[in-house]
Amino acid sequence: MEHYHMNLTLKVWRQKNNKAKGSFETYNVKDISSEMSFLEMFDVLNEQLIHDGKLPIAFDHDCREGICGMCSMHINGEAHGPWKQNTTCQLHMRAFKDGDTIVVEPWRSKAFPVVKDLMVDRSAFDRIIEAGGYISVNTGNAVDANAIPIDKKNADDAFMAAACIGCGACVATCVNSSAMLFVGAKISQLALLPQGGPERESRALNMVTQMDKEGFGNCTNTYACEAQCPKGISVANIARMNKEYIGASFATEEI
Amino acid sequence: MTWKHFFTSSIGKKFLMGATGLFLISFLVIHASINAMIFFQDKGETFNHWGHFMGSNLIVRTLEIGLMAFLLLHIYQGLSLWRQNHNARPVKYAVTKGDGKSKWYSKTMGLLGTLILIFLIMHFYHFWVPSRFGGMASIKPLAETTLGQEYNSQSVHNLYQEMMNVFTGSYSMIIVIVYVLGCVSLCWHLLHGFQSAFQTFGVNHKRYTPLIKTIGVVYSVGISLLFASMPVAMYLGWVK
Ligand code: HEM
Ligand code: SF4
Ligand code: FES
Repeated sequence: MEHYHMNLTLKVWRQKNNKAKGSFETYNVKDISSEMSFLEMFDVLNEQLIHDGKLPIAFDHDCREGICGMCSMHINGEAHGPWKQNTTCQLHMRAFKDGDTIVVEPWRSKAFPVVKDLMVDRSAFDRIIEAGGYISVNTGNAVDANAIPIDKKNADDAFMAAACIGCGACVATCVNSSAMLFVGAKISQLALLPQGGPERESRALNMVTQMDKEGFGNCTNTYACEAQCPKGISVANIARMNKEYIGASFATEEI
Repeated sequence: MTWKHFFTSSIGKKFLMGATGLFLISFLVIHASINAMIFFQDKGETFNHWGHFMGSNLIVRTLEIGLMAFLLLHIYQGLSLWRQNHNARPVKYAVTKGDGKSKWYSKTMGLLGTLILIFLIMHFYHFWVPSRFGGMASIKPLAETTLGQEYNSQSVHNLYQEMMNVFTGSYSMIIVIVYVLGCVSLCWHLLHGFQSAFQTFGVNHKRYTPLIKTIGVVYSVGISLLFASMPVAMYLGWVK
């Protein structure tokens, strides 16, 4: 694709802190290369702001290679922007053309309070993982990975579910701010494997209970999450979580 | 895990929505089948007979209590989920596009349900209240009719006449339009609801899901068309 440069108008959400009432600020950036990533374009803007003696825009990022799940940003109405199965850090400026106006907002959900500008607090996800998104193993020598036979289909499905990077785009996109795609993926990746077996019931019960405590909305099966997820996590994982949770709820003897 | 914990959890609430929804779906099959007997062109004789059966049989009357309880539960739960989901995003987006990737009617179940509720209030007022409570206080009792020999000349409520009165009497045009709109809302509600209930129960299967989706579309469109055809046919004088 041909390399080109563009001038853009950015409308960016600025919010001092969690308590402050935020608002949009308009910025102009010039001569942006079509080969830059979206975050690099923000770096350019921030350099400009610092040069002008203004506060740079706070945004989350870490790996910048689409694997850590730190970057967020709701770009022109879409979590992670217009490209399918893509993270904001991997969005490139060739997705836009000269003269475009781009509106950038933080993830919006009661369970993801804004920390500053475009940064939101996603620790709700960490607490859900702490509630059961792990397996308990004895320390000692690592067991041979191939010692336990696993059905190929289950191994594949678990692998697909494990691709979730915990970015929260599903919550950001869902009309109900539901976290069920994320929790569904995290429950599924372990429920599908023998290693996840021993804690299967308590995991489903505890993770869903924690999810509910965090104030996410309830899934109504609109499936926008699946369409927007950078890793293409399937809503089949939500069905699996429902099955795990309903099954565990009826089966458990714990009060 | 107490029962209360389960039924107040996000998935437990959805489970209740799906279970009550599917129960209502099964009820509608019977309701529509019996009502469709008005098309026998026998001045409602068959229809009145079965209407009487539904109103007098002990098992059916017992099921009716369950039906009402489930309907109320479905409505209450649906509206409270709707409110909760609305509150889960206190600050709205200035621009939204991502959620445009889902079907509009999957996002407006609360609204569609409320439209059904408004229709239901009118519908209950027309038929259910007079047939159950007619004669009490100022509620007009339903007219009676005597069925033919094949039904042992039984004397029963003339529900057929009541339908005629409603759909051809005063304000009938407005009433018929509201009934048809009620059926349209039901159609969209079920187009999402039917298949959604199975996902809620944890059924998302390469072989069964496409089948469930097809049955859902056939059922939703079919049942809504059948129901809508009744007031329209009566209004136009096609039913004799
Ligand atoms: C009378 C007023 C009604 C209201 C206010 C109402 C409201 C709702 C709402 C808000 C939902 C979405 C809940 C969710 O997906 O989490 C829903 C789902 C559903 N409704 Fe209704 N509804 C009504 C009547 C009906 C009727 C008459 C039927 C069936 C004949 C029905 C069948 C269903 C089904 C099958 C679902 C899907 C449940 C699921 O996703 O698991 N509803 N309803
Ligand atoms: S399910 Fe997809 S959108 Fe949701 S947190 Fe995981 S990777 Fe992000
Ligand atoms: S910064 Fe790591 S995924 Fe985008």
